[in-house]
Amino acid sequence: MTTALRRSTLARHGLFFLALAIVLLLLTSFVFDPYTNYNVTGVAIYAISAAGLTVLTGINGQVSLGHGAMMMIGAYTTSVLLTWHADLPLILVLVASIAITGVAGAIVGIAGARLRGPYLAGATLALAVALPQVPSHFASIFGGNQGLSVPTPAPPAFLGTSFTSVQWLAWIALAAGVVTFFVLANLVRGATGRRFRMVRDNEIAARLAGVDVARTQVLAFVISAACAGLAGSLFAYWVTVTSPSGFTLNLSLSLLTAIVIGGLGSLSGAVLGSFILVYLPVWTSGFASSLNLSSNVANNVPLAIYGIVLIAAILLFPRGVAGGVASIVRGVTRMVRTSRRGALPTAPEAPSP
Amino acid sequence: MHLFVIYTVAGVTNGMVYAAVALALVMIWRATRIINYAQGAMAMFTTYIALEVIRHGAPYWLGFLVALATGFVLGAIVERVLVRPVESRPPLNAVILSLGVLILLEAVAPMLFGGQTQSFPVPVSNTNIVAGSTSLDISPFDLFTIGAVLVAMLLLFLVFQRTTLGLRMRAAAFNPEIARILGIRVGRMLTLGWGLAALLGALAGTLAAPSVYVYPSNMDEVLVFGFTGAIIGGLESPVGAVIGAVAVGLALSYVSGYIGSDLAPLGGFVILIVVLMLRPQGLFSFGRQRQV
Repeated sequence: MTTALRRSTLARHGLFFLALAIVLLLLTSFVFDPYTNYNVTGVAIYAISAAGLTVLTGINGQVSLGHGAMMMIGAYTTSVLLTWHADLPLILVLVASIAITGVAGAIVGIAGARLRGPYLAGATLALAVALPQVPSHFASIFGGNQGLSVPTPAPPAFLGTSFTSVQWLAWIALAAGVVTFFVLANLVRGATGRRFRMVRDNEIAARLAGVDVARTQVLAFVISAACAGLAGSLFAYWVTVTSPSGFTLNLSLSLLTAIVIGGLGSLSGAVLGSFILVYLPVWTSGFASSLNLSSNVANNVPLAIYGIVLIAAILLFPRGVAGGVASIVRGVTRMVRTSRRGALPTAPEAPSP
Repeated sequence: MHLFVIYTVAGVTNGMVYAAVALALVMIWRATRIINYAQGAMAMFTTYIALEVIRHGAPYWLGFLVALATGFVLGAIVERVLVRPVESRPPLNAVILSLGVLILLEAVAPMLFGGQTQSFPVPVSNTNIVAGSTSLDISPFDLFTIGAVLVAMLLLFLVFQRTTLGLRMRAAAFNPEIARILGIRVGRMLTLGWGLAALLGALAGTLAAPSVYVYPSNMDEVLVFGFTGAIIGGLESPVGAVIGAVAVGLALSYVSGYIGSDLAPLGGFVILIVVLMLRPQGLFSFGRQRQV
């Protein structure tokens, strides 16, 4: 049993994510209060989006400053579909959002495959600024600056009357998150992930080894866009209104900064970064309002602290907060081992799920 | 035809502001291989300082000079204190660092200067000049904007091409190792370069402020359009950056004039993608390709 587990990545990941799903199911159903459930939904949504960006930027090496624009496409797909047919089943809406955003990702990916470094960053940045202008121009379809309202999905009847729609959305978002991370974890550990990393680390060597670089890069864009589409769709349900002001440049920048301070290239880093993204404002705004500052100051304390955290994280932990913690842990274990039985080479890092 | 003239004048005027931002980005890119995404936020901050100076009764010109001076100091401090440690690290670290500076400045500005949108004065009239009975479709402030950016560019060109200091700065950017061996204080040159670039950014900030108004994220779009122009020009070439930025200014002006002002940023995106599809390194980049 244990050797079989060690051999099969799929089985190991399957067990891990199954256990995770059960824990999350129990927590959201019986432990968390509504506000926590609401925030946890947000963490799941950002984590799905950030995981896609991790694949693109962290693992494939293509820096995108326009991931928020992809989320926007997913959110608007959901909202427009629901405006036309309010009774569409949720799963169909999610799949449609993933598919359409994936196609958009393919288009951006094909355009971006020839671009490197700042050129790609600039093109995606321009997209992040340009795309939110489209809904206000085509107001008849997208509802203009007011946006489109999205109905909250009602929990199925068999869950009982005490089961709230907040809990139901938390279930949906977390289930979507678990499935996304399960798929990505396998993908990243497999041949596709190796090709992604190869293209990131040495394009020419990858080409010599027979990897189709352009196709690999487009595939990474499609995968990341599909994740953003799913996240965007859930985001629309979560905030209940889809409008251009929900997809500012800040969203794209936040997602990129989140995966970097979480630890670039690791999927667990994407979760950590999303957790920071949701909970830092929650904690700091509580802290700011306890200080009795004027509203101009208090409203901006969370943002200022986020900026300081980013700067400090880059200067103190160049490999991200997760990397920083890991290196501290490694340092401590090395010290312990050295003191016990003399200097030994440290074990390689355990693969993170 | 008359509309075309109006849009062209507006496009060139805005394009010159984008050109100042683009040139600042190119200067920093050539010296340190870093894109300073905080360039716009730094310019926003210096514009607020200029506005404070003017509001306390000082003439426009004093505020203008204070903006440029604080821009220079801010740029130098950011380079020396924050950027220096990440210069030799992976490029993404510098990206995140400059985004951190951007977020911090956009949060601190409303704390210090208040959150509401404020207007910014003009030194000369911004209504169109009338010669005899015909309007010339260009205002004194348009001329001032174009002239100020041109003068700044000329001065920078003279500093870089005609002075020993400029020669040292170019050497430090071109090959830091050799420059250091030749006795050039490379670090000091980089600090100076960042200061000058931020000064140029501050100039763009004060020139843009009367039309975009003053609020914490007022320079975000100006930065993106300047960056777009710099990329179209090829990031390596100062001349290319100016041409690219003016092209972006014109494209935005025509799109917003003939199609709709909401779609102007989309016009900038389209022209960027078209140019990059034809030349992935931009128009004026004749350097080596990234190959074996």
